[in-house]
Amino acid sequence: MIVSFTLNGRSRTVEIEPSTLVADLLRENLNLTGTHVGCDTSQCGACVVLFDGEAVKSCTLLAPILDGGTLTTIEGLSGPGGSNALHPMQEAFHQNHGLQCGFCTPGMLMTAVALATKNPTPTEAEVRRGLEGNICRCTGYQNIVASVLAGAAAMHAPGSGE
Amino acid sequence: MRSFAFHRPTTLYEMSALLGGVADSMPLAGGMTLLPTIKQRLAAPAALIDLSKIPQLSGISAQADVLTVGAMTRHVDVAESELARSKIPLLASLAAGIGDPAVRNRGTIGGSVANNDPSADYPAAVLALDAMVVTDRREIAADAFFRGLFETALDPGEIITALRFPVPSAGGYAKFKSPASRYAVVGVCVAKKAGKVRVAVTGAGPGVFRVAAMEAALERTFTPEAIAAIKLDAENLSSDIHADAEYRAHLVTVMAKKAVMSALQTS
Repeated sequence: MIVSFTLNGRSRTVEIEPSTLVADLLRENLNLTGTHVGCDTSQCGACVVLFDGEAVKSCTLLAPILDGGTLTTIEGLSGPGGSNALHPMQEAFHQNHGLQCGFCTPGMLMTAVALATKNPTPTEAEVRRGLEGNICRCTGYQNIVASVLAGAAAMHAPGSGE
Repeated sequence: MRSFAFHRPTTLYEMSALLGGVADSMPLAGGMTLLPTIKQRLAAPAALIDLSKIPQLSGISAQADVLTVGAMTRHVDVAESELARSKIPLLASLAAGIGDPAVRNRGTIGGSVANNDPSADYPAAVLALDAMVVTDRREIAADAFFRGLFETALDPGEIITALRFPVPSAGGYAKFKSPASRYAVVGVCVAKKAGKVRVAVTGAGPGVFRVAAMEAALERTFTPEAIAAIKLDAENLSSDIHADAEYRAHLVTVMAKKAVMSALQTS
């Protein structure tokens, strides 16, 4: 079947099997391998992407659902205007050492961006609660929480363009 | 994943025609249970009928003392609804505690109620609040709707269109959750309306159920102390890696007391 949607700011039309999952569409068909698949059972959050601006688990979303919608993946976060500049949330993860192996990081970032967009000034408790669906097996979360707090502040700082 | 066809009706009429006319078809709500079920090969539909583009299935409204929630209304929408928070706070806070943000952005109340997972949160609220389950064919009272493990009164191809919740004078929900999935190891919903009290338990047994002894005690005195000594027989309760039946029996009393405390604080 034919599915048309906006992917990272560009219109895309793909022909797929109706049973295709968004995570597989991204990684196998579109070669966007920044979205990771950890558990494949919608528990770990490594595959989180933004669908119509909201965090969703792409391993548990059917690609036909995308039709007419807007999808943002980790590849769509950086480089506004074609530059290589990191998104403020990515920069915050870099500055605060919010990752170790990096496997969970794309999902963490997408969840964090959705969280900070909805709640510009989250508390530490709100960040911890907001990350309940994203599992990290390296860090113990401390630096991730610090990163999200810093990233939320940076996203909404004057002149950040967000 | 095993292949299937995908249909996206935009009216209830079109939906019913597809569900009745396409062999081995299943309705797709938020997909938070159905898609993992298909992935694990526990279900193999020939076609999925997506309900997300049928406008009248979503939304929250209130008439007098009844809150109506469309079946395709997502958990995030119930959690953040001013109407739900003001009319039935327990329902909004219950929705805010389901799964995680990404799951709440997809999962729906109708999907949860129709699936009737023995550890799901919504069935406890539907039963305690004495809600009416509205389908595309009829209305089914909560007491007649839930039939045990993943079983409901729905006929094949019958779809929940809305839930109608009478607004209680007081109500609360408390759960002891699995830290990984946030499913209720035990969840108890308590609701009081016109002198009558209903207590519904999820997570503890093969399906949601009421506790008559607690209801009678709370109708006499609506305090946590009134039910502190009432303990369920562990015989009919579930045992698994999360909790054995004896522990679940203990948790029912603890969560019921917490739910009453919450009801007293929010009423």
